[in-house]
Amino acid sequence: MPPKTLYDKIWDAHLVTPETDAPAILYIDLHLVHEVTTPQAFEGLRRRGLKVRRTDRTIATMDHSIPTISRSLSSVDAQAADQVRRLESNCIEFGVRLFGMDDRRQGIVHVIGPELGLTQPGQTIVCGDSHTSTHGALGALAFGIGTTEVEQVLASQCLLSRKSKNFAVQFDGALSPGVTAKDMVLALIGQIGTGGGTAHVLEYQGSAIRSLDMESRMTICNMSIEAGARAGLVAPDDTTFQYVAGREFAPKAEAWDRALAKWKTLPGDEAAVYDRTVRIDVSTLEPVITFGTNPGMSIPITGRVPDPANTADSGARARLEGALKYMALKPGQQLLGHPVNVVFIGSCTNSRLSDLRSAAGVMRGRKVNPAVRVLVVPGSQEVKRQAEAEGLDRIFKEAGAQWREPGCSMCIAMNGDQLEPGESSVSTSNRNFEGRQGRNGRTFLASPLTAAATAIEGHIADVRTLGGF
Amino acid sequence: MKFERFSSQAVFLNRENIDTDQIIPARFLKVTEKVGLGSALFADWRSDPAFVLNTPDAANAKILVSGANFGCGSSREHAVWALCGFGFRAVIAPSFADIFRQNALKNGLLPIVVNAPTIAMLPANAHFTVDLLDQTLSVDGDSRILFPIDSFSKTCLLEGLDELGYILKHEAAIAAFEKAGTRA
Ligand code: SF4
Repeated sequence: MPPKTLYDKIWDAHLVTPETDAPAILYIDLHLVHEVTTPQAFEGLRRRGLKVRRTDRTIATMDHSIPTISRSLSSVDAQAADQVRRLESNCIEFGVRLFGMDDRRQGIVHVIGPELGLTQPGQTIVCGDSHTSTHGALGALAFGIGTTEVEQVLASQCLLSRKSKNFAVQFDGALSPGVTAKDMVLALIGQIGTGGGTAHVLEYQGSAIRSLDMESRMTICNMSIEAGARAGLVAPDDTTFQYVAGREFAPKAEAWDRALAKWKTLPGDEAAVYDRTVRIDVSTLEPVITFGTNPGMSIPITGRVPDPANTADSGARARLEGALKYMALKPGQQLLGHPVNVVFIGSCTNSRLSDLRSAAGVMRGRKVNPAVRVLVVPGSQEVKRQAEAEGLDRIFKEAGAQWREPGCSMCIAMNGDQLEPGESSVSTSNRNFEGRQGRNGRTFLASPLTAAATAIEGHIADVRTLGGF
Repeated sequence: MKFERFSSQAVFLNRENIDTDQIIPARFLKVTEKVGLGSALFADWRSDPAFVLNTPDAANAKILVSGANFGCGSSREHAVWALCGFGFRAVIAPSFADIFRQNALKNGLLPIVVNAPTIAMLPANAHFTVDLLDQTLSVDGDSRILFPIDSFSKTCLLEGLDELGYILKHEAAIAAFEKAGTRA
């Protein structure tokens, strides 16, 4: 047998029918469902008179359009409230298990999957959401799908799929203090571009990945899609197994032993071949921040915004000019010291306990600059409970930040949490597209450390000069 | 719905990396239907009266021409529903984001890959004809440009084949796979 990568192994183990002229039929182990991308899929089942094939492999939660200021639907608009209620009625009608707004397991779909032990190494996981790539941190093949595919998976537990190529991303070296997984992945996207991973599955490797905890690995896999890759993977290791062990839906007792034995065979073979490889030495990285309107437009925090005049390619120059105009930045200017109106700490990229701990470390005993509105939005009810048990909520509140209920919030600005036109934010989320956080809003993506430092200073700040991490 | 040959003018968006947040901003995703999203297409860009989609010709155009990596970002199929709702039946670009491409094919919106230099030479006011059977794009009845598409997607579009129907025909194989219980 030819040597296989991790991706090859998971792919092969889930083939119902192989790829020919027609795409393969791939079996899906876990289907995660949320309110925004599924009403039309359930409607499709209803029209065809079909059932959900495997309600035991389908889990729903609500995260995108729900309020985070309270748990009352009266604090979102009627359409958002209707969408939430629609998910509730669909789940009842089709027998799908729902972790609703008041459930202790509710949260952003990509936070709760791993947290509940639903996400396990070697699985195939889909969700009508592009950041499904997050779950790849556990060594699961996880990717986002459209609503028509959601309907197909609900009905058949299968997906038509073509195999992607293997792309190894090798991170080596040790991170400097104040530099995080978020900075690693922003640096990668800056290097390969937002289309650099198209048609590939990224496998993150190297000593710098091995030494990351699971939550940091999730941050990296989360943003695979921002490099154009549908999925990102980290081969499971002891860090992974320790993380999964004991979680609510994780296998127990003998089932655990069997699962573990299987998971240990997942890492790619020594001689496995990758279609593409990039190497990044993380020891040279500074904190990274975006300046433009896609996640590939980033600079080291102490750097200067590029000058379009220095760009030879006319297309690239026009793109850069457009981005700087939208962001109201001048060529060659520094971002350090640039004022912002909002700091958002949250989203499926950076709303887990370790993210909140690092932000709280910076904000402890300090005050948020009064010119800045600061939202801290935990990724799940469980994250919120744990954070409160540690007193993180008090640190945030005493600093003058808002401590919210779990949800997507200002990552996608569907629930009223948004930038006003012309406002700018430093955000720990994953997309700085025009209008992503509110019409004519301007987003600078960065790590929780950079976001917290910015909250204190009132302008874009380098956490390394502030300390507290 | 079967995909048939058609002719139309095109709307040109000379921009790369057009993400689905631009194609349809998130505030329009609170719907529970697929129809009626044409008015939300590029909603923020359309607030500029000079934006090409606001020109009278755009109303009848069935082809959108864009820069590379069209449809990147969010997996929202609403982006395709909005393009279809506006009246588009094909998008021409040097490359497409993976999820967008899948979503488009499933809704009878044809993603046509044409390299950037060729796109740069397409005349703005021409009449284009898209022939999926021949896999050609012709300009003013002339200069046929061949475009690639995999045979499965082509057949599905031409025959209006339903993918879910196709999957469900493999019920025996799916059941056998489940029975084998290779899953944890
Ligand atoms: S937090 Fe943002 S990126 Fe993540 S699932 Fe929610 S809206 Fe999508």
